[in-house]
Amino acid sequence: MSGHESTYKPASGFTRWLDDRLPIVRLAHDSFVDFPTPKNLNYWYTFGGILAVCLAIQIITGVVLAMHYTPTVDEGFASVERIMRDVPYGWLLRYVHANGASFFFLAVYIHMFRGLYYGSYKAPREVLWLLGCIIFFLMIATAFLGYMLPWGQMSYHGANVITGLIGALPIIGEPIQTWLMGGPSIGNATLQRFFSLHYLLPFMIAGVVILHIWALHVPGNNNPTGVEVKEVKKDTVPFHPYYTVKDGFAIVVFLIVFAIFVFYMPTVLGHADNYIEANPLVTPAHIVPEWYLLPFYAILRAITFDIGPIDAKLLGVIAMFASIAVLFMVPWLDTSKVKSMRYRPVAKQFFFGFVACSLLLGWCGAVNPDDPVIPLGEDKLLVSYTDANGFVATAEFDAYEEAVAEVESLPADSGASISVQKAPAFRFVHLAQILTVYYFAYFLVILPLLGLREKPKNEPESIHKSVLGGHKSSDAALAPAE
Amino acid sequence: MTDATIEHGESVDEERRDFIHIATVAAAGVGAAAVAIPVVAQMLPAADTKAASSLEVDISKVPVGGEIRVLIGGKPFFVRHRTAAEIAAAEAVDVGTLPEPETDEERLRPTPSGEFNKAILVTSGACTHLGCVPVGPGGGNLGDYGGWYCPCHGSHYDTSGRIRKGPAPSNLPIPDYRYVSESVISISL
Repeated sequence: MSGHESTYKPASGFTRWLDDRLPIVRLAHDSFVDFPTPKNLNYWYTFGGILAVCLAIQIITGVVLAMHYTPTVDEGFASVERIMRDVPYGWLLRYVHANGASFFFLAVYIHMFRGLYYGSYKAPREVLWLLGCIIFFLMIATAFLGYMLPWGQMSYHGANVITGLIGALPIIGEPIQTWLMGGPSIGNATLQRFFSLHYLLPFMIAGVVILHIWALHVPGNNNPTGVEVKEVKKDTVPFHPYYTVKDGFAIVVFLIVFAIFVFYMPTVLGHADNYIEANPLVTPAHIVPEWYLLPFYAILRAITFDIGPIDAKLLGVIAMFASIAVLFMVPWLDTSKVKSMRYRPVAKQFFFGFVACSLLLGWCGAVNPDDPVIPLGEDKLLVSYTDANGFVATAEFDAYEEAVAEVESLPADSGASISVQKAPAFRFVHLAQILTVYYFAYFLVILPLLGLREKPKNEPESIHKSVLGGHKSSDAALAPAE
Repeated sequence: MTDATIEHGESVDEERRDFIHIATVAAAGVGAAAVAIPVVAQMLPAADTKAASSLEVDISKVPVGGEIRVLIGGKPFFVRHRTAAEIAAAEAVDVGTLPEPETDEERLRPTPSGEFNKAILVTSGACTHLGCVPVGPGGGNLGDYGGWYCPCHGSHYDTSGRIRKGPAPSNLPIPDYRYVSESVISISL
């Protein structure tokens, strides 16, 4: 916490000299060595450190990959293949970078759910939360830009769909879309500027991360009880060695899982279509983003109806951006005075519902929205033809052979054709609509109302007391374990 | 010297100071705008990109019943040489029953002689639903109406490129094109 007295004592003549001129060692010491940190942080609190490692991995591998990559439509795809085949350890660098993006998002989602559960966005940490939301938004932008660079089929057509969304905005949409693409469609100009921005944004993320850590160090860490530090001596331990070791252990475990993906299933999170060079004349049958953007994609596709003058496409775009924008307002939407959901028995259930909702939205984003979740009958084959009196007639069949036999039995001038009549079903698009409603209701209805109505459980008096559990005094804590 | 105050032993003219503040901010603002114009404008389509926004196509090379697909500025277009049966099918439709009513002739452009070359149909190659490129004669699937079929979400277009079935909201647009001669057309974006 800021305001805690600096305990740094320069040990040598040089560090004393430096400390008088640029107290950078003092800053590091006060921020990461002798920083008072609540003594009850659990492993959910290690994801901040894990994310810092993720960002470092992405920047280092990205800078190296940029030494071998050529951002042109003619050579982009081939240069990525050259990295994979010819550049020494190029395959490793690229797989670390590609899977690194996935793990970066995995970690950031856990970090965000952690913040939502323990109320880490509440006063006095609103700015900390806002900066985190900005980092998340920059991460999405960076990932989207980076996914275009291999210039594969999914790169091209995915970028086409997303830039097309901007074109859905009324009046200003198309000029902005043309401005972004630098031409009438995605092309060389687009690829070059996306590469430039993909290189720039991670450094902007790094800048916002510094502000994020600064905003963290002013009020200090939240903790699983949500009770603020009352006595630094009793409630906190120094960051080093207690949390450097705890974070370090979590980072090692995280990197082991990461390595399993990089070495044993490096392509499992990607799309085979992206190993086909971009071809504007052939669209992949199923365009989907990377897994970490699927929930937002599901929200985009869930809006299939017009409201007044606003058509479904634009509404989908609005809903998708709103689903991210709503995160920025969370500190002011949650009206509860209690931070941690440990002491909010009702909110806790809605929270786990929200986690399930997010995961299910991801599932909805991955599949064809018209596929049935629960079929309510069998699909039928419908033969339609013009009968002898000139009226349109139809006949239903279960088996393809029967339908074909029927078509063949009809006269040639009846214009008989077979089509599939889909059985009524509860489809993924319906599931996505329900989940989208819950997603927004969680933030806009449940958090504001529940905070006013819910009767929370008693919070512990202090972090110190909560750590001691049922024991009343610190002497009791020293008693032998049962 | 209306608002003269004393600061650091000197008299300060507040009005004069305000004027200097406003003038400085205004000059900086104009400077920032002057810098912003090229920074923003450089991302607009470059001159060579714009110059490549039209293409001349030799329609005599398109086989009967087939089509060629051209990219102009990265956008796909279809040039289809329709068979007599396909033309007849396109003309026989009751226009009133279509989702977006347009006669076949409204979707053609006159040749230099003022006639319509019904055999040649020129349309955009982007499905009006989400911009996928529909499959045509070369792809082995013409859809239920003999024109094009979009594999992404199942839109069917007829032999005039009009939407007949599926989620697409409108017909395949006819691009801005004209006959340069009887056998060459020029398509522009």
